[in-house]
Amino acid sequence: MSLKHDIEFTLNGVTKRLTVDVTMNALDMLRDVVGLTGTKYGCGEGECGACTVRVDGETRNSCLMFAVDLDGRDIVTIEGLAADPKADALRDAFVEHGAVQCGFCTPGMVMQAAHILDTNPDADANAIKRGLEGNLCRCTGYKKIVDAVESACCGGR
Amino acid sequence: MTAIERYAAPQSLDEALGILQQGEVTILAGGTDLMPQTKAGRVAFKPTLMNIGRVAGLKGVTLDGQHLRIGALTTISELLRDPLVAQHAPVLAEACDHFASDQIRNAGTLGGNINNASPAGDTLVPLIVLDTEVELASKPNGSVATRRMPLAEFFTGPGRTKRNANELLTAVRIPLPKPGHVARFYKFGTRPALDISTISIGIAGVMRDGTLTNTRVAFGAVAPTPVRAPRTEAALEGRRLDAGAIEAAADAARDEVNPIDDIRASAWYRKELIHNMTKRMLDHVAQA
Ligand SMILES: Cc1cc2nc3c(=O)[nH]c(=O)nc-3n(C[C@H](O)[C@H](O)[C@H](O)COP(=O)(O)OP(=O)(O)OC[C@H]3O[C@@H](n4cnc5c(N)ncnc54)[C@H](O)[C@@H]3O)c2cc1C
Ligand code: FES
Ligand code: FES
Repeated sequence: MSLKHDIEFTLNGVTKRLTVDVTMNALDMLRDVVGLTGTKYGCGEGECGACTVRVDGETRNSCLMFAVDLDGRDIVTIEGLAADPKADALRDAFVEHGAVQCGFCTPGMVMQAAHILDTNPDADANAIKRGLEGNLCRCTGYKKIVDAVESACCGGR
Repeated sequence: MTAIERYAAPQSLDEALGILQQGEVTILAGGTDLMPQTKAGRVAFKPTLMNIGRVAGLKGVTLDGQHLRIGALTTISELLRDPLVAQHAPVLAEACDHFASDQIRNAGTLGGNINNASPAGDTLVPLIVLDTEVELASKPNGSVATRRMPLAEFFTGPGRTKRNANELLTAVRIPLPKPGHVARFYKFGTRPALDISTISIGIAGVMRDGTLTNTRVAFGAVAPTPVRAPRTEAALEGRRLDAGAIEAAADAARDEVNPIDDIRASAWYRKELIHNMTKRMLDHVAQA
């Protein structure tokens, strides 16, 4: 019924060509069309950060993006980050600090944490907290997450 | 469900204005307002969905004679780290620092914040007290026409503006600050991040020998649009900024706003906030 549009973009380093409904959001596209389910649906309205992905080097809530707007862009999801050796220190830090409980927020947290460390390698606990403001966690109470990111930041150097 | 018949992602302003001229277009910038509003059914798509994200020349901050010019597609994150904004309009950067979350700031554009026309839009109050003008472009008969209007006059109601359907907001222009220029912004929300303003206050003027002139006061989230506060301004204009003048201005502010009760606060509470915070901000200006 509704209008479809062809798009082409880079997803985790690989060129993708898809036809999507013009009103579809990027989160539904990743999960339901591409089948990458590491990116989570929490709220669908920009409040929780579970759907965080990297678009042209900046993190965005994929639930707020129109999938057609991905045309020509470079997208990295948690699956792409997991394959990046540069993210090993961050993943190890999350494990070591017990920063994962149910794990639902974790992909978004790790995407955003990687972005914080990329853009501000000297981030202190305060900068990390500010950077993670858009990511909700119902389990950990955040402290372990902030500790993990902080140790990945300074431990990585 | 949706009646979208055409999707367009023009690369040039000329092309975008041509599409707008054909009528019945929904404009998409960052999508952080449009996506939730259309999904919830509060806003219906028009037959053409036009993504302006790829239109060249609508992004970035430049000096244009005696003005700072900010392109409509400039994101809140870009404003937050822009050196020209930090130098000439730090109060705008301050408002951007209190805006949503990093992910939303990376997506949300200044043009989107203005055209969404929420009474609580965080860039609007600081832009109004900085005497900002909006620049609107259209292509009514084959060639591009632009007009300008003070931002303070742009809003007509929640989600409504004086932009004509064939116009695109291309940029805003902020006059460079005069010597002695002061500006302050305050946002009250119940938590620091991801919170819609309960109220916001902007104050600007030129401070010389303890006296405030060119006074601008504006409030957010106390009326259907962000509003200037003429009686509060009059209570301050040309006066020595002493305790008496500050108290009189804070009283005028409380009397002049007419907020509503809603989920975020009662009208009474908003009026008290406006009074107390206007006073505190003026105290800080006087002491600086
Ligand atoms: C979780 C969440 C938190 C938020 N927090 C805040 C906050 O703290 N403070 C705040 O102020 N806002 C907040 N917002 C609202 C929103 O992020 C901002 O208003 C943002 O600046 C909108 O920009 P956009 O580019 O995403 O707009 P879009 O959604 O793309 O567009 C918004 C509207 O403007 C129109 N439009 C866009 N660009 C133009 C143009 N150049 N010319 C004409 N019309 C145009 C569109 O048609 C649409 O009607 C929040 C939103 C969410 C989802
Ligand atoms: S699902 Fe996107 S922010 Fe919650
Ligand atoms: S670990 Fe459960 S939500 Fe964060």
